[in-house]
Amino acid sequence: MSMTHLKQFTGMMSRSLLGLSLWLVSGSVFAEYGLNFQKPVTSIGHRVLELHNLILLICVVIFIVVFGVMFYSIYAHRKSKGYKAAKFHDNAKLEVVWTVIPFAILVSMAIPSTATLIEMDDVSKSDLTVKITGYQWKWKYDYPDQDVSFFSTLATPRDQIENKTAKGKDYLLEVDNPVVLPVGKKVRFVVTANDVIHAWWVPALGVKKDAIPGFVNEMWARVDEPGIYRGQCAELCGKDHGYMPIVVQAVSQEEFDKWAALQKDKAAAAEASAGKTWSKDELMEKGKKVYASTCAACHGANGEGVGPFPKMTGSKIATGPVAGHLNIVMKGKTGTAMQAFAGQLNDADIAAVVTFERNSFGNKTGDVVQPSQVKAAR
Amino acid sequence: MATAHHDEHHPSGIMRWLTTTNHKDIGTLYLVFAFTMALVGGLMSLVIRSELWQPGLQVTDPHFFNQMATVHALVMIFGFVMPAFTGLANWMVPMMIGAPDMALPRLNNWSFWILPFAATLLMLSLFMPGGGPSGGWTIYPPLSVQGGIGTDFALLSIHMLGMSSILGSINIIATILNMRAPGMTLMKMPMFCWGWLITAFLLIASMPVLAGAVTMLITDRHFGTHFFDAAGGGDPVLFQHVFWFFGHPEVYILVLPAFGVFSQIIPTFARKPLFGYVSMVYATATIAFLSFIVWAHHMYTVGMPMGGELFFMYATMLIAVPTGVKIFNWVSTMWRGSMTFETPMLWAIGGVFIFAIGGFSGLMLAITPADFQYHDTYFVVAHFHYVIIGGSVFALFGAVTYWLPKWTGHMYNETLGKWHFWLTMIGFNLTFFPQHFLGLAGMPRRIPDYALQFTEFNQWSTVGAFLTIGAQLIFFYYAIQSMKGGVKATDKVWEGSEGLEWTLPSPPPYHSFTVAPKVK
Ligand SMILES: [Cu+2]
Repeated sequence: MSMTHLKQFTGMMSRSLLGLSLWLVSGSVFAEYGLNFQKPVTSIGHRVLELHNLILLICVVIFIVVFGVMFYSIYAHRKSKGYKAAKFHDNAKLEVVWTVIPFAILVSMAIPSTATLIEMDDVSKSDLTVKITGYQWKWKYDYPDQDVSFFSTLATPRDQIENKTAKGKDYLLEVDNPVVLPVGKKVRFVVTANDVIHAWWVPALGVKKDAIPGFVNEMWARVDEPGIYRGQCAELCGKDHGYMPIVVQAVSQEEFDKWAALQKDKAAAAEASAGKTWSKDELMEKGKKVYASTCAACHGANGEGVGPFPKMTGSKIATGPVAGHLNIVMKGKTGTAMQAFAGQLNDADIAAVVTFERNSFGNKTGDVVQPSQVKAAR
Repeated sequence: MATAHHDEHHPSGIMRWLTTTNHKDIGTLYLVFAFTMALVGGLMSLVIRSELWQPGLQVTDPHFFNQMATVHALVMIFGFVMPAFTGLANWMVPMMIGAPDMALPRLNNWSFWILPFAATLLMLSLFMPGGGPSGGWTIYPPLSVQGGIGTDFALLSIHMLGMSSILGSINIIATILNMRAPGMTLMKMPMFCWGWLITAFLLIASMPVLAGAVTMLITDRHFGTHFFDAAGGGDPVLFQHVFWFFGHPEVYILVLPAFGVFSQIIPTFARKPLFGYVSMVYATATIAFLSFIVWAHHMYTVGMPMGGELFFMYATMLIAVPTGVKIFNWVSTMWRGSMTFETPMLWAIGGVFIFAIGGFSGLMLAITPADFQYHDTYFVVAHFHYVIIGGSVFALFGAVTYWLPKWTGHMYNETLGKWHFWLTMIGFNLTFFPQHFLGLAGMPRRIPDYALQFTEFNQWSTVGAFLTIGAQLIFFYYAIQSMKGGVKATDKVWEGSEGLEWTLPSPPPYHSFTVAPKVK
């Protein structure tokens, strides 16, 4: 490389670096436009964002240097300018240098990465455990210490998805029951799945882990600020993979305790009501809700079936014997997306939805299934 | 070079193509097949991009969307890029090493003719009850065990496509090792042949592993085994390990021949020998070796022990070193050359540029803690399209424009060639660059519908996709035009071309070198 080339080259480089630093200064502005990570709210989230920014910076600098040289060459060394080709075709020293320098840069990237990974891996000394179970297509959360357990499903109305009504602010990122976590506490997540592989991911928390049937994964997060943080299932899990969001609500310890107590009361009330005899209207009303949240995704909002999933109208099962209908709802059908709902729904829910299916979408069996029958079938 | 007198002893019409054992005929068949599949896969990508034009469901339902995403990937990888490079190898390897034909011509015929049947099977899967495969091209169980008979069609098709690649690879290895002209030592061989020799070994080592995984999946689906079913004592993560043991080398199967193409084109148009030939060969071999010990970086989130995650992180980062060597060598080849920018050179430079962006995002993805954020987002989608389109597809167009005058005997329309390049370059970046931002901001991949804050970049992406696919019509136009006629090409075609293929007439005789050429 001749002296004049070198000068031109360094001049160009310093100009590029200036541009780069401007770009980095305005990084915080970019964040609002969704060009970079969502604002992290956990210590891990901050570490990961710093790591990401560091490796991105290194990559951008190397890219600018290498392609700066290339574009300079494209500009200067062209035949149309009468440039005569040189004859050289190797240079042992140079080749050693550009093997060793990248290696050293990699080592400098590996060190902070390793430290962050070690920190993320340490799930010990947690204050609270939350068990997360992925289902097609919803999440179940268990708080073993608080004896709280519930499902969390998409709350966005079907009409918004089908473009019949205007979409809300949190379209597809809203659920019926959010995961509630106390701020400032180390929460250990235990992640698994019931059917296929899912992945639990809340970007602001900086954590993502696969939920795998038959396996248990662990991760942890300590949320620093109260607020609502939204995420989604990240691993393709079938038809409604795009429709199983995650909403985390971080609250003070006091509010968390209140919330946990309330959940327990609700569960007890549901348990108690299951024992009584329900009227057909009550069952139909409840069944309609359960159908919409649990069955409609595959069997269609109007029982018409979706793709490979069977329709309700005139179905042999929904119009045949009650015992058979209960059996498939409760035990599922192996090798298909039809799950065993006995573990997911309580007696009243199952009784209601079976009653609803047998008396809707053109089915007129007139059957009324009581929670006690479901209990007996368990 | 005299045309051999027994040239005309082959059948004509359809029988010529069905029974041909000629490397050029078979190369043409591969290329025609590959570009047809590219059109099919491209249309599927337009279905995907149309659905993603705005939030809500407009064009498809989620089940069909998943089928499109799955089959698009299978078609593009197994139907387009792999056969296209095998087609190039068929055309060029014998001509570059001074051989009359491939070493195993009948095997060659068979390895091609498996492909149309495999592709038909894959396409038919979409019309089966329950639709085609919808669990992603990675066919992870237990999800892939849920699919209907369409999934079986796809699995069988993958078996056949894999078999075809293995046979093709055996032929390429046999040709390169046995048929080189006297004096053509391995270390004098053109880089394209080196790229393919190493790729062929990668294929032979990795394809049977995929076949094993697919077979286990089939027996899990139909014969009561539980290889991947935890409830029966199996392990769903085992599938991912086996799949990616194939899947990572597969990435290099797609790009090493492309690197070879860059190493042919850049010296030609820089009018200067390839910089660091020996280090190029060693870098290629090192990449190939490393590609077998990094597979689990595709699955950091499955919950591996930390030691495993660290190992795969370090090993993956190491790939940056030989990859860097290659890029530095290409830049040094251009440095102080006497460059012109005909269409093949544009594709080569554009390809190196795009591939490098994909390489850097790959390095970012290698960093385990950061990957937890990137994994399964649009950042990954952007990354592998930068690698595969920049690395492989740009190289493919570069190769086709570079050698088309040699194949047809006619120059293609340079103006149209340049339009094709620039529209593709702009369309491609418009499609995929914003996807980096989408992924970083939190948009998962493989979803038919998305939250409102992702709308704008998705619209850029959709516009880009239509522009990119539309621009390919130009390619079909000028490629066919050059087959039909046009300005006669000289034997050398390009001012700076070096190598045996340029000593043959344009178009070359039916049996390339009937008398072994002398290599200095
Ligand atoms: Cu999921």
